[in-house]
Parts: sequence; structure tokens; C-alpha cells
Amino acid sequence: MKKIGLKLFAALTLLLVALTGCAADNQNVLNPQGPVARTQFHLIVWSFVLMAIVVLGVFIIFVVVLVKNGKKNNPNYDPEDDGNVKLEITWTVIPIIIVILLAIPTVKTTYDLEKPPKTAEAKTPMTIVVTSADWKWIFRYPEQNIETVNYVTIPADRPIKFELQAKGAMNSFWVPSLGGQAYTMPNMQMSLWLQADHPGDYIGRGANFTGKGFAHMQFNVIAKSDKDFNKWVQHVKSTAPRLTEEKYNEILKPGTVGRMTFSSTPKDDGADLDMSGMDMGGMHHGKH
Amino acid sequence: MENIKHFLGNFFVTGEPMIYMADVAIVLVSLGIIFVLTYFKKWKWLWKEWLTTVDAKKIGIMYIIAALLMLFRGGVDALLMRTQLALPNLHFLDSQHYNEIFTTHGTIMILFMAMPFIIGLFNIAVPLQIGARDVAFPFLNAVSFWLFFAGAMLFNLSFVIGGSPDAGWTSYTPLAGKELDPGVGENYYLLGLQIAGIGTLATGVNFFTTIIKMRAPGMSLMKMPMFTWSVLVTSVIIMFAFPVLTVALAMLTIDRLFDAHFFTVAAGGQPMQWANLFWIWGHPEVYIVILPAFGVFSEVIATFSRKKLFGYHAMVFSMVAISVLGFITWVHHFFTMGAGPGVNSFFSLSTMLIAIPTGVKVFNWLFTLNKGKIQFTTAMLWALAFIPNFLIGGLTGVMLAVAPADYQYHNSYFLISHFHYVLIGGTVFAAFAGLTYWWPKMFGHILNERLGKWAFWVFMISFNVCFLPMYLVGLLGMTRRMYTYPAGLGWTSLNLIETIGAFGMGLGFIIMVYNIYWSARYGERDTTGDPWDGRTLEWATTSPAPEYNFAHIPTIQQVDDFYYMKKEGRQKEISKAPYKPIHMPNNSGVPIIMAVFFFIGGFGLVFEWIWMGILGGIGVLACMLYRSFETHDHHYIPVDEIERTEREAGRFS
Ligand code: HEM
Ligand SMILES: [Cu+2]
Repeated sequence: MKKIGLKLFAALTLLLVALTGCAADNQNVLNPQGPVARTQFHLIVWSFVLMAIVVLGVFIIFVVVLVKNGKKNNPNYDPEDDGNVKLEITWTVIPIIIVILLAIPTVKTTYDLEKPPKTAEAKTPMTIVVTSADWKWIFRYPEQNIETVNYVTIPADRPIKFELQAKGAMNSFWVPSLGGQAYTMPNMQMSLWLQADHPGDYIGRGANFTGKGFAHMQFNVIAKSDKDFNKWVQHVKSTAPRLTEEKYNEILKPGTVGRMTFSSTPKDDGADLDMSGMDMGGMHHGKH
Repeated sequence: MENIKHFLGNFFVTGEPMIYMADVAIVLVSLGIIFVLTYFKKWKWLWKEWLTTVDAKKIGIMYIIAALLMLFRGGVDALLMRTQLALPNLHFLDSQHYNEIFTTHGTIMILFMAMPFIIGLFNIAVPLQIGARDVAFPFLNAVSFWLFFAGAMLFNLSFVIGGSPDAGWTSYTPLAGKELDPGVGENYYLLGLQIAGIGTLATGVNFFTTIIKMRAPGMSLMKMPMFTWSVLVTSVIIMFAFPVLTVALAMLTIDRLFDAHFFTVAAGGQPMQWANLFWIWGHPEVYIVILPAFGVFSEVIATFSRKKLFGYHAMVFSMVAISVLGFITWVHHFFTMGAGPGVNSFFSLSTMLIAIPTGVKVFNWLFTLNKGKIQFTTAMLWALAFIPNFLIGGLTGVMLAVAPADYQYHNSYFLISHFHYVLIGGTVFAAFAGLTYWWPKMFGHILNERLGKWAFWVFMISFNVCFLPMYLVGLLGMTRRMYTYPAGLGWTSLNLIETIGAFGMGLGFIIMVYNIYWSARYGERDTTGDPWDGRTLEWATTSPAPEYNFAHIPTIQQVDDFYYMKKEGRQKEISKAPYKPIHMPNNSGVPIIMAVFFFIGGFGLVFEWIWMGILGGIGVLACMLYRSFETHDHHYIPVDEIERTEREAGRFS
């Protein structure tokens, strides 16, 4: 059932996408490029199949009823027909069954997504701290001591734990090809697991409105093989400028900026940035 | 001198040719209205018959006129947005302007279009359907209307004076806080909604009391028309939900005006708490605008199937279930805020559960049609179109309820499409269905069916052309509230199609307005009071109904009793002589004057001129005081006047 639905759905979307010209396939919920997005895609397909069954059923009844009873002199006309216990039980039970069929995978997936995605070999996850500022994205690598703006390079096939926070307005960190979004908030840190199957360039976007420059908060997630990723780190370390505190504060000022790369992170910059590398256990502001 | 110039430059919105044009248009239209009223000596008539009325039927008409005006304003906003998004990288609107427009579009459509439209229908149909002479608190009803109107005008004023709000209709903090959003725009949002919201709360109390206490003898709760049932349930939701909005708005107002820290990050405030409070009101709010829509469809479908409503008890029970469940789903608006898997699972489930009673209702409508003698009138077409369109909106809503999948839909055009399918396919279709259906009762003539059907088909098809592609463009990663987008992402053609659809909806609206004009002049007059061969009591009196509604209050024996009255010839008793004098409330100028003071006070607070806020407050209190000592608040309609009215309607017997 699920398999057939999947194929049907894929065919349908392909058709739609073909109809609409060339959809960029690096920013498409229906073309997942990582395990998180794929899990969510399967759930989307499953819910779509269930909903399609309902739509089909209702549309058929709707058309039949209209055709049968839309005639001038309907022989079946019965003005006192106002209930039928069997029918009413049927159409209460059917939605209940559908809700159960949908609820079980929903709850299961909700819990699953809290854990890091599985990889072929058990690779250690990597942490990247994401800060949304007005109106740019700042990525910090606590393990590598690197800082980038408006793009983030990640190793492919390795779970990445994005620690999300905000300076200024609340935004939402969304990379459709790799997985669903989570909010970045000024007073509470959250984490989001994502992982890319293969090297590639995926588009991400701030999804929650933050004012004037919001529409320009697009960024790229560049996934590289482990080897290339390490090369990139070495390259940054040896060529990129250091990030001074003044420079950092300048970046935080409201406005849009291009891509930037830095070979260090500012040292004594506010408590919430320095916590990033540590275990977050007891230090969250607010509930989780 | 420089100071004054600077002040005026900030006070009036400047620098936008579109706004100058609007300024000119507003001045011209106002002068035109003043001229016409003066020339035809209509001021007194306007004051006596309309502005001071406490008659629910007239208040309902004023609500609906205001709602149609707001639909126009919100619709122009929508077309401006769709023009800007027709192609990538357009410079039709800049970022600030676009942000203001989607904010005013959303806020106006929900609070100043959908709400007054359905409340207008409450006023027009409910007292008549339950065989009452008016609502329980007619004076309060007028206060409700004028508070709504004052709030709406205050909100709309932001367009030309001071600048519009720009943080979305959800007005999330910290973005909507003073630090990130200085200026008066957000203050307009807070005070406009506050004033209108108080009016709505009073409406909830009023209709709850009316339905509980003022039904005709014999009409037990389970014999009420389904629209009245929907209004009863909605009133209860209003009474529980609107106080939350009042408090949330007040807290944010205090933050912005008096530097408190409820929602600021500094000093230990909780910006996320706003989202929580907003949606504790906001989700029930969507049921406030959809349940009455269900009520309208139940009436229209039963009438034009020429049949009883199928599954009356199930219909009532499912509405009650929806209203209860509606209060425990609000977190589905921020699954992505990290409440944890337990909380998200709970709210996923509670949201999905709503699909069950809603599904029951859909099947009941389908089986009302079954074994019917379906008449495809304009009102019926809107009701029929509601079923598939709302189904698509509702089922995508169930998809959104799947929390992990919502991480992918949230804040995208998928969501935009979902809620327009339910709001337009549900509430707006119901508003149009109800308007067409009750139009004869309001004005004594029937809207032209041919024009009505043209408007229906153009609007309904364009609606799908506009909104169906949005599901897909959302899945392709396009987020809501973007004022522009780059080329090459596969979004362009879809956006262009959407814009074409949007203008088609505009065309449908124009046909509808033309129909109103045409029918007023040439439309068929309704002399019977019962043009659709109706089943409920509003059709038992003349069109339009006399001030007192019914010469005698009928005694009710069953559901759809008017249908059986006609069969058994009992309906004549309603207008049978002899009559007794009828007790009615007096008109009053206090509600509109009180609303003016609310407006003055609100305007003062918007600009943080505290003295003016206090002045408005004193005025409001003075009005209340004056009213408390008013003893001359009712009159009796004498028997000969009733006789004359009934005779003119050809009903005297
Ligand atoms: C002519 C018909 C309409 C069109 C073409 C239209 C179009 C749109 C568009 C394109 C947006 C998204 C703006 C953005 O996120 O950038 C939007 C937002 C919205 N619309 Fe409509 N709309 C229409 C009617 C309605 C109606 C009838 C309602 C309510 C009853 C409504 C309620 C809303 C709300 C609440 C928002 C969200 C505003 C926000 O993000 O703060 N719209 N509309
Ligand atoms: Cu909701």
C-alpha cells in the first residue's frame, strides 16, 4: 500500500513539476536528500494517500448524489428522510480509523526525529551553532573554531546537530531538501538534527518573518565528502581572516551581507555564544 | 517651523504616490457623501433610522455593508501583493510596503471582514429564526457594532496617518516589540483590535443570552434551526476565547507604551509567550468564523434540497465536540518551537481528532442532498462548492497536523493555501451564500440569479487557479511573507498562475457588486416574505420584517416548524388580529458617541498622547454614566400601527 502510494505520488509530483518548468531540485520537499527529509517525505506521502482516499470517496458520493437528485422530478424524493443510524455509525468509524492510521506513524516519527539520524557506519555527530540575525545567518563551528556567514559547509553522510539561536527577531531555520525547520529564538536554544546523503549544494531559507530584509535570508548548505570537508577546514584555517569582536558586532547590525568566512570565533562574546560547545543539559533558558 | 514640518512629515504617511492617490480619493469620497446627504436632506434620516438604531436587523445590515467595504480593502491589498509576486524581482512594492500590506490584509480579512460578516448574519437571522422581537440586549448590540466600527476605522487610519503595522497579523514578539518595531503602526494594530474585540465579546454574551432566553414557546434547544445552533456554540467560544485576546493585546500595549517587559528579551520577559496567548485565542477564532458558516450551509442545503437536515443530533453534537476540541489544539501553530515530542504528539492528535466530527458533518450534508429535489440556485451553488473546496482545505489541515511533516510545511505557501481554502471555501462562500439567501429578508428584493451565477463560477474557478498552485510552490520551498523572490527556483510560472487567479477573483467580486446595484434597481420584489419556500421562522414574516418581527410570537412544535405550519395552514395565526401593543427598545445615540470616544482615546494611545487617551476614557465613562440614569429606554408600538403595518403587507386577517 505504502509502496504503491509512494510511486503514485512521485509520478504525480514529477508530472506537476514538469508542468511547472524546472523546479530546482536542491530545495524541494518532494525530493529529499537526507534521512530526516526522507522520513518526513514518507510521512507526507502516507498522509497524502490517506487523504486522497477520503477525497476520492467524498467526491464520488458528491457527484453521484448531485446527478441522482438534481433532476426535476426525482422519483426517490423523500422530504422526511432525516437519519440512518447505520450510515451515521459508518461515517463516524471510518474517520476514526483513518486518524488512527495517521496518528501512529506521526507519534513514532515525532519521537524518532529527536535522535540523530543513523548513518552507514556509526559516525560521531558534529555540532554547528546557527545564529539568525537581522538579516543574515551566522554559523559557528565550535570544534573547528571557524565562523561562516550565509553559507555552511558540512560533511556529507554524517549527522549534524544544529544548535539554533537568534539575535533580534525570531526566525526559522529551514533546508527543505535536508529536513523540516525549527525556530531560532533569542532566549531559548534548540537543536535540529539534519544530514545530507551526498555531497551537494542545498538551498536554505529563513522561514519565519523578521522584517525588512527577511526575503533575502537565503543561505546555502554545502555538503562535502569527509576528505573535502577536512580540506576545506584546513583551507579556511590558513587563508581566512580572524573574526574580531568588532567585526562580529558589525555583522550583527541590521542589514544584509554577502558570504563571509573566518578562521576564528570571537572570544568573549556574551554568555549564550560561549555555551555552544558544551553539553547544554541544565543551561537552557526556558523549557524544551 | 522645522519642528512642525517634521511632525507633519511623520504624522501623515508621505513619499508614496499610491498613498497620495488614496488620500485624494478618501477626501473626495467623504466630500461626495457629505454633499449627497446634505443635498437630499438625509442627515436626519441617517441619524434617526441607522446611526442610532438598536434594531438587530438594521445593525446586521450595517455590519454587512462594513464587511463588504473591508472585503474590498483587503482584496485590493491581496491584488497588490499578487501583482508584486507575479514575477521574480519585481519592484512594484518595496519590502516595507509589502510587509505592511500583508499585515493589513490578514488582519482586516479576519477581524474586520470575516467577523463582521458572520456577526451581521447573526443579527439578521437569529432573532427571526427563534421567533424573538430583538436580541436580549439591543443597546449593547449597538455598542458592539459601533465598537467594531471604531476599531476598524482606527486600524484603517494607519494607512494615511502614521504608518501601517508591519509585523504580520500574528504580530509575533519580539519583532512586534518596540525595540525592533518602533513607530505607531503596531500600536494601531493593538488598539484597533482591542476596541473591536471588546465589541465582539459583548456580541458573544448577547447572542448567548438571546438564544438561551428568548426562543419562541415550544422551541426547545433541539428544535432550533441549525444556524441558530451554530451561533449558540460560537457565542460560547467567543466568551471563552476573546478575553485571552484582550489580555494579550493589553500586555503588549503596556510593553510598547509604558516600557514593561512581558514579551521583551530584556529583564526576563518571555517573547514566546505571545505566540502562546495569541493562538489560545487564535485557534478558537478560526472556529468562530467557520461554525456559523456550517450553520449557513445547513440552512441553505436543507432548503434547496427541499428536505429535512440529515442527522440533526449528530450535527449538533459534532459542533459541540469541535468547539471543545478547538480549545486544545493551539500548539499546532508552533510545532517548530521546540515544545518537545510529548507536547507535539498530544497536539497532533487533538488536531486530527477534529477531523472526525467535521467528517461527520460533511457526510450529513451529502445525505441531506440525497433523496432531495435539488434546486441549483446561486445560494445553493455556493453551498455545494463549499463541500469539495472545504474538503481540500480541511484535509490539508490534517496533513499539517502531522507534526514532523509540519516542520516541512510550516511558514510556507502550503500553509497559506491551506488556510485560504478553509477561510474562503468555508467562511467566504458561506458569507456569499448567506447574503444571497437572506438578501430578500434584508431588502425585500431578490438578487439576480443569472448575475449571481456568473459571479459564483468566475470567483470559484479563479479561487482554485489562485490557490491550488500555492500548495506546490510551498513544497518547493517558498515561504510566506516574502516580498520578492529570485528567478530560477521553479517558482515563477506557479506564481504567475496564482496572480491570474487572484485577478479573476477580483472580477467575480465586481460582478457581485454590480449584481447588488442591478437588483436594487430592477430585481424581482419579494412580496411573499418566503421567496425560497423556506423551512424556518424568518420566512414566516414579511420581507423585510417589520420592526417588531412578528405580530404574534408563534408556538413551535417541531424542527422546521414553519414548513409544517404551511402544510397545516397554521402560519396565518402569526398575523391574525386582534393585536396587543408590542414592547420595543428605544433608539439611542449613546453607542455611537461612546464609540467616538473610544476612537479618540485609542488614537491618542496610538501616538502615546496619554492626555488624549485619558480624555477618551472619561468620555466613555460619561456615556456609561449617562446611560445608567436613562429611564426613558422603551416604548410600545400601538395596536393601530401594527394593524396598519400588517394590512400594508397584505397579512391582516
Ligand atoms: C482575493 C482573495 C485573496 C487573495 C488573492 C489572497 C492572497 C493572499 C496572499 C498571497 C497571502 C500571503 C502573503 C504573504 O505571506 O506574503 C495572504 C495572506 C493572508 N490572507 Fe489572504 N488572500 C485572499 C483572501 C483572504 C481572505 C478572504 C482571508 C480571510 C478570511 C484571508 C486571510 C489571510 C491571512 C490571515 C493571511 C496571513 C497574513 C499574514 O501573513 O500576516 N485572505 N493572502
Ligand atoms: Cu489552529
